[in-house]
Amino acid sequence: MAEALSLIASEDDARFLAGGHSLVPAMKLRLDAPGTLIDIGRIEGLRGIAYGSGDENDCIGPLTTHATIASSNLASALVEAAGGIGDPQVRNRGTIGGNIAHADPASDLPTVLTALGATIRVENSSSARNIEAESFFTGLFETSLGENELVTVIAVPREGAGTGSAYAKLFNPASRYAVVGACASVTLNNGVVSRARVAVGGLTPMATRCGSVEAALEGRSTDAINGASAQVASDVGDDILEDIHASAEYRLGVIPVYVERALQAACARAAG
Amino acid sequence: MGVSISLNINGEARSLDNVEPRLLLVDLIREELGLTGTNIGCDTSQCGACTVHMDGLAVKSCTVLAVQADGSDVVTIEGMAEEGQLTAMQQAFWDEHGLQCGFCTPGMIMAGVKLVEGNPDISDEEIRHGLEGNICRCTGYQNIVKAMKVAAQAAT
Repeated sequence: MAEALSLIASEDDARFLAGGHSLVPAMKLRLDAPGTLIDIGRIEGLRGIAYGSGDENDCIGPLTTHATIASSNLASALVEAAGGIGDPQVRNRGTIGGNIAHADPASDLPTVLTALGATIRVENSSSARNIEAESFFTGLFETSLGENELVTVIAVPREGAGTGSAYAKLFNPASRYAVVGACASVTLNNGVVSRARVAVGGLTPMATRCGSVEAALEGRSTDAINGASAQVASDVGDDILEDIHASAEYRLGVIPVYVERALQAACARAAG
Repeated sequence: MGVSISLNINGEARSLDNVEPRLLLVDLIREELGLTGTNIGCDTSQCGACTVHMDGLAVKSCTVLAVQADGSDVVTIEGMAEEGQLTAMQQAFWDEHGLQCGFCTPGMIMAGVKLVEGNPDISDEEIRHGLEGNICRCTGYQNIVKAMKVAAQAAT
């Protein structure tokens, strides 16, 4: 890893290559043309999952593939989302680190990591820092990763008793990318939602935390899910994506349904 | 500027010099190694015609750079049958007529082998779900699914 971090600092216009399932397609489409690729695929220390104990986070290496996450014991929304990315062949090569560094607005994992309150550790050749997922994604294909920085750990809170999470998406049938996607993580206390974290993606330039939905649900019973989900419109702002797959109006119309589905499933899991 | 890579292809160790870093694995397989059973369909990671096994996993060779396969064990459709003896999956495609034009077939077989591995009682639904990354534009899916079910049973 030290070699990779020193290479990226010395080469012009260089980029890290992990599984290559975002970057290689982007290069083929001439959307991206890095001067140099630094293949980090064989740095074993960046691969795999270290489960925390007790209140410790689970730590995921950036080279961990979607297939590995889909069959792991990580937070259920993450397992669910990883299993719904692309297809089996794509999940065998695509990695969580490459996925979040690419920051496609239609990607599932940014939404999930934002809702779960994950922390992303990034390093350059001289220093390291931790970034909350919520502030890691800053725009369309943009992150707060600095020049020459590499994602080295994705730390995800463990789900204790009474806590559950879920991811629900309307997917593009060809690519499985999210037209809209919603992730919820909740803690239930005697039938009352004591903590809710919700994020959406696919319709906004980057994964977006939904404070209004959370506020409308916290302290209430699960009966409040339907009404709280409708609050998502006030969380997503005016910059709603639109493309050949769906208009902005359609995305805005359908997102409350997916927020509701994610919340219902998360509450069912929290209730155990 | 070429790079030297070594890989095992269908059980045979090969070393290649002067591999262009931008060369895709599928082009290496077809153009440099002359194994044209692996097809290029969409070239955008969607159709699965280029599916091969890399270190035991089904991958789309149009989305892997040849240099990323350095040191890997790669198996293509040509590496399936041994001494002219078709594998269970190939025989099932023959018996159940799991193909029409045949273009997607190598990718279907390579994906199918991994899909049914260790799952003799795989359901139609699991197969259809598992074939999300393989497209048959003749839409001959009925017999492809049938063939995979037969192969799953036969492999055990």
